[in-house]
Amino acid sequence: MNSVVPNNKSVARSQASFDLKTWGPFIALMALALLGVLINPAFLGLDNLSNMLTRSAFIGIIAIGATFVITAGGLDLSVGSMAAFIAGVMIILMNSLVEQFGPGLTTILLGIGASLLLGLCAGFINGMVTTKGKIEAFIVTLGTMGIYRSLVTYLADGGTLSLDWGVRDIYRPVYYGSLVGIPIPVLVFLLVAVVGYILLNHTRFGRYCFAIGSNEKVAEYSAIHVDRIKTMTYMLQGVCVALATIIYVPRLGSASGATGVLWELEAIAAVIIGGTVLKGGHGRIWGTVVGAIMLTMIGNILNLTDAISNYLNGTVQGIIIIVAVYLQRASWRKSAP
Amino acid sequence: MPTTKMINTKMTVAAFAATAALGLPTLAAAQDYTIGVSIPAATHGWTGGVNFHAEQAKERLEALHPEIAITISTASDPGGQANDLEDLVSQRNIDALVVLPFESGPLTDPVRRVKESGVFVTVVDRGLEQEGIEDLYVAGNNHEMGRVSGEYIRDQLDGEGDIVVLRGIPTVIDEERVQGFQEAIEGSDINILDMQHANWNRDDGFEVMQDFLARFERIDAVWAQDDDIALGVIEAVRQANREDELFIVGGAGMKDIIARVMEGDELIPVDVLYPPAMIATAMDLTVQHFVSNGPVVGEYILGSPLITQENAEQYYFPDSPF
Repeated sequence: MNSVVPNNKSVARSQASFDLKTWGPFIALMALALLGVLINPAFLGLDNLSNMLTRSAFIGIIAIGATFVITAGGLDLSVGSMAAFIAGVMIILMNSLVEQFGPGLTTILLGIGASLLLGLCAGFINGMVTTKGKIEAFIVTLGTMGIYRSLVTYLADGGTLSLDWGVRDIYRPVYYGSLVGIPIPVLVFLLVAVVGYILLNHTRFGRYCFAIGSNEKVAEYSAIHVDRIKTMTYMLQGVCVALATIIYVPRLGSASGATGVLWELEAIAAVIIGGTVLKGGHGRIWGTVVGAIMLTMIGNILNLTDAISNYLNGTVQGIIIIVAVYLQRASWRKSAP
Repeated sequence: MPTTKMINTKMTVAAFAATAALGLPTLAAAQDYTIGVSIPAATHGWTGGVNFHAEQAKERLEALHPEIAITISTASDPGGQANDLEDLVSQRNIDALVVLPFESGPLTDPVRRVKESGVFVTVVDRGLEQEGIEDLYVAGNNHEMGRVSGEYIRDQLDGEGDIVVLRGIPTVIDEERVQGFQEAIEGSDINILDMQHANWNRDDGFEVMQDFLARFERIDAVWAQDDDIALGVIEAVRQANREDELFIVGGAGMKDIIARVMEGDELIPVDVLYPPAMIATAMDLTVQHFVSNGPVVGEYILGSPLITQENAEQYYFPDSPF
């Protein structure tokens, strides 16, 4: 009897700490939004909010993929250059298809298909080399990061690849259009988040990711196909990058060596701000979504004020990111033991 | 079919042998002067243009002057460029060097060492930190570029209006341009609503402009300073349906923007030149040092002319990647 009471207590306490952990990122987001309103009321304008959410969709979608990779104990540094490379190939392909199919839906659908295929293949390569080649994910994806970046520079002759104007006009609504008042990129972001949430929290695949990230050896002894599951997380990441690229290309209709620079770090930052543990074993999709929005929001707020010297934008961003994660971890540390 | 193929191959071989026989002696005589060109690798639009124009100038100059050989090397960071300079001197035995330094500071000493080995040195665009190293300095004029842009906007708005400015990467180049711009609009009633860095990048240009549009109800003109930024700005303005309210002034001379100026696009009425083709100017002048009897030393500062619909064609290079 005696032993039951403390047990109950600890269950109740861990319940409370779980809530803090989950809601931490949301509270940080609200605080940041409040700061935005105080700095400039234009922050709450419908246009501004929709601009911001649409912008966060790229990093957000990529970061949802990254949540799986990181939860399963991996890391993918190649996502930014992969996005640039896929965008480059998509543009070249669609430009050459115009001669055959005209600037119509066929051309665009083939471009989208190629993008998804490329993403899947790129993820498969990262996954296979990491697991079968037994090389650290950091090194493998650092390598592919350099490879994709230089490939897109090569494809563009060091300049910029531009999408055919005819195709651009038809493809444009994928970024600029909206459905029932919500911009299409935001809808895609939401859809990817919902699917990601179900996949991570309510399927066997998701549970395996948690298990592998917590302890790879134990997972292997429990008859989980560790290599297969890990490779699948990289493929999922590749598909997410492809989806982000499909939305990115119609925005400016171009790709160059400067496309997607540092997206990998932003995606990883979004995942960590959201409460996923960098060394694996625990992932939160909704936290990642909030993290991605927060990162975009910081840049947006800085553009809405001239109170802070432009040269210090990076400093402000850095401080906010560290403080956000600190608050979250601090509340977690306090109530966890 | 096989016979014709064979004949063709044979003829090619024969032709090749003939050229080789005839060509070799001239080639041996052709190595009178070797010019080394060291430039940054094509990592973004403007340096892509530099690479393109360097290659073009090499072909043209070598065809024109058989006694001159040109070798181009590209580096992806200042350290790599310093290595390139050493290799050019020790392996290629160059008589002249044309260098567009990655960064002024780290390359001052390597270029000085090249100079000390008795090579004619031409420095392009980014000046060295010590004076008197180079024989010839060829550069665009950032201050002038800002001034020309500022004067155009001032005149176009009749000295009165609200504008926004998108700046580049925080560097000396950006600083000089903004300074020239501010001097040009000084004394007029032109009000800069805000300046933000868009890092000479399309995506950043798009996002910064979106935020400007959300924040300011009326903007009369945009100084984007750079054509990559300008392309992002155009899309943001289109999205907000505010094309009729303002005009945009970019800079550099990117072919997409020049094409719009040629067509008489009201959103982009002009462009201000800061051409990557300055590398070709530098190579031309360096060759003149060897083939002309006139002296080629000192400074050659390119103007930053306003590109309008009337003169746009002479600045349009459809084959260039930039």
